[in-house]
Amino acid sequence: MANFFTDNSDLLFHLKHPLMKKIVALKERDFADKDKFDYAPLDFEDAMDSYEKVLEIVGEICGDIVAPNAESVDAEGPRIVNNEVIYAKGTQENLDALVKAGLMGITLPRKYEGLNFPIVPYIMAADIVSRADAGFVNIWGLQDCAETINEFADEDQKQRFLPRISNGETAAMDLTEPDAGSDLQAVQLKATLNEKDGKWYLNGVKRFITNGDGDISLVLARSEAGTSDGRGLSMFIYDRNHRAVTVRRIENKMGIKGSPTCELVFKDAPAELVGERKLGLIKYVMALMNGARLGIGAQAVGLSEAAYREALAYAEERKQFGKAIIGFPAVYEMLGLMKAKLDASRTLLYETSRYVDVYKSYMHLSEERTLTKEERDDMKTYQKLADYFTPLLKGMTSEYCNQLAYDSLQIHGGSGFMKDYPIERIYRDARITTIYEGTTQLQVVSAIRGVTNGALLNRIREFEVMPLQPELHGLRRTLIGMTEEYEKTVKHLADIRDNEYLDFHARRLVEMAGHIIMGYLLLLDTERDDRFRTSTEIYIRYGRAENKARAEYISNFSINDLGFFKPN
Amino acid sequence: MGLRIIVLAKQVPDTRNVGKDAMKADGTVNRAALAAIFNPEDLNALEQALRLKDRYKGSTVTLLTMGPTRAADIIREGLFRGADGGYLLTDRAFAGSDTLATSYALSCAIRKIKDYDLIIAGRQAIDGDTAQVGPQVAEKLGLPQITYAEEILSAEKGKIKIKRRLERGVETVESPYPAVITVNGSAAACRPRSAKLLMKYKHARTMSERQTQSEDYIAQTGDRAYLHIAEWGVNDVETDSKWLGLTGSPTKVKTIENVVFQAKESKILSSSDSDIEGLIQELILNHTIGG
Repeated sequence: MANFFTDNSDLLFHLKHPLMKKIVALKERDFADKDKFDYAPLDFEDAMDSYEKVLEIVGEICGDIVAPNAESVDAEGPRIVNNEVIYAKGTQENLDALVKAGLMGITLPRKYEGLNFPIVPYIMAADIVSRADAGFVNIWGLQDCAETINEFADEDQKQRFLPRISNGETAAMDLTEPDAGSDLQAVQLKATLNEKDGKWYLNGVKRFITNGDGDISLVLARSEAGTSDGRGLSMFIYDRNHRAVTVRRIENKMGIKGSPTCELVFKDAPAELVGERKLGLIKYVMALMNGARLGIGAQAVGLSEAAYREALAYAEERKQFGKAIIGFPAVYEMLGLMKAKLDASRTLLYETSRYVDVYKSYMHLSEERTLTKEERDDMKTYQKLADYFTPLLKGMTSEYCNQLAYDSLQIHGGSGFMKDYPIERIYRDARITTIYEGTTQLQVVSAIRGVTNGALLNRIREFEVMPLQPELHGLRRTLIGMTEEYEKTVKHLADIRDNEYLDFHARRLVEMAGHIIMGYLLLLDTERDDRFRTSTEIYIRYGRAENKARAEYISNFSINDLGFFKPN
Repeated sequence: MGLRIIVLAKQVPDTRNVGKDAMKADGTVNRAALAAIFNPEDLNALEQALRLKDRYKGSTVTLLTMGPTRAADIIREGLFRGADGGYLLTDRAFAGSDTLATSYALSCAIRKIKDYDLIIAGRQAIDGDTAQVGPQVAEKLGLPQITYAEEILSAEKGKIKIKRRLERGVETVESPYPAVITVNGSAAACRPRSAKLLMKYKHARTMSERQTQSEDYIAQTGDRAYLHIAEWGVNDVETDSKWLGLTGSPTKVKTIENVVFQAKESKILSSSDSDIEGLIQELILNHTIGG
């Protein structure tokens, strides 16, 4: 009888952010659907009420079904029978419950039988599901693929594929191959256009494909013979009903064991081109990837929530030296910092989700009518923010969730090392988040542009002038000081004008920006609700010290020092 | 031809999560301290009804509940899960009903609904644990009754086939219908609320609720017939007042005492499969596990 939405009022706080008014207005467009669909909202309050009530369903399913199944799913895992994937029993139960509740096409338009929800409540559902079972969220969360079909496929394809996803069919995105992991330009899977029937056929191997045996797959393949880079790649939809792909193996992973990671063999598999040829990687995969990275942010936050709760419960219950261990400074200082990182991660998650919501809503609106100049400018502003915040979010929150899992296990002591407590699973599940959908190091490559071109600084300056109650001005002064230090450090590196040197320090710069941004977001949360005061105090103190260390490291470094590190 | 199914459901205080303030000083249940929930075995009953609806096209599921105004929540919860409609039987005249008066009022309402093939109810409610209402409704309507149902296997050609969960095993029985079926907690759990149905029906209200609530949505949704929950008072149903409410309730509560369980009895069980299975069944039957 647990509910993972209602037992965590921080979620409702983030759901009710003031920007939602703008997002709902863009998404519902004068609430025109209310006369066409009996489940469409009547006005803003009604829409918000629907999000809240639907999240209660998600919370209930996660508390009562997904979380209790997590242990057995981890132990059992998926298997291959006749070249097809069979999920663990618990995985299938989880999926059945979410399908019955109609939670598979959450963001899709109603005309494709979706719920037409913004990204924010969808990501919140992912946050909740991840807390219950971070491996399972990979299967459920692949409904992201539908968003890519909705953006780039033609109307006929949308009508054929999207309602299937809304009604519970699962998806997959088939990108990586044995020799094309981080470097997707190296994709080799061959797409051939058969001149006789005018259809495309796929041949080759994909590897590390999450839910590879899903009903509808988006496949990146080389459609332009003789090419060797990203410009020769196109995006295809493969329908599992063709039965032309076999699952050769399921990887034996360290964590997220319920999620089948497949090696796939395509043999003359019929497929449909999505959008235009040659734009597969450079346009469509980038969009898909940004959505997926936001999803990993949610996964990381859900895992952090789970790790924190396990640590807190254990520390309150476990007695040593005659008292609960939470009473010891060495333990409560860990818990305080864990909570601060959790709150910082979550506020960055929903801030980024809102940016994505605004610009995507404009984008869909532009399919129906021409946007005004102000609207176009607004869309671009939010799109840029989303582009810089998404890698920052993915990088920072995935690292934090690993730190939280580590500290939570540490608080459990010897018991945490045993299979007896959920923390060992959370610890293993967390590990992948800094790796897939682009490693932390690759997130830095994306986010560093926002550092060098000043975009992140501009946003920080906007945060700086937002109204605050007088008692929060002291914390703001600290953040202003951190910003000056950050600016100085960035300028110092920019003046050296050496890309390798910049790359060498890039992660430090991105993290400095991250600490300041999350500090501001927490401060603004505290302005709205005092419950975040403690985390804000802790996080800004922590961030200031972390930034000082980075600034110090960089300022005492010279370009010649790279030699100490360089491989011979 | 689809089945016309009536599900009897009750709103009950959540006695499964009893806190310190669950009982008043005089030993009666402190209803204010306990959340009002859908009686758990009635949810099992609803699931059996919805499965029949999924299986036999054209079937309808209608909820019938008796209780105060707020028991309209039960109808809404049913609608969110796939029921087609419901009736709330509510009137001061029904207040204080024991199981006999309750089953009388329910059977009168069922007579008024008139067209039905199956009446499905939970085995018992967690506030009274009597398991009497279902069988009494069957008696009053002169219908066959099948208790302890775990799964309704089929309902074809006027015959219903049911798997019953008994103390020492299962039994499959067949009965003509119309019939009354009471469903055990060991039956399949009820499906979750559907997001779309929730959004469709969340503004569904009874007439009383419409009068007391000043919601803008009532004005906006007044012409949507599916948002009107039928509400019946004593005058809407043909009854004889002597069988209703306190007058119609021969059960008199003499005293209530707080029972403290003591471990006086002990049983030795081996680790054999049969002993374990027996213990599990016992724990299910006495509500310790499984709902």
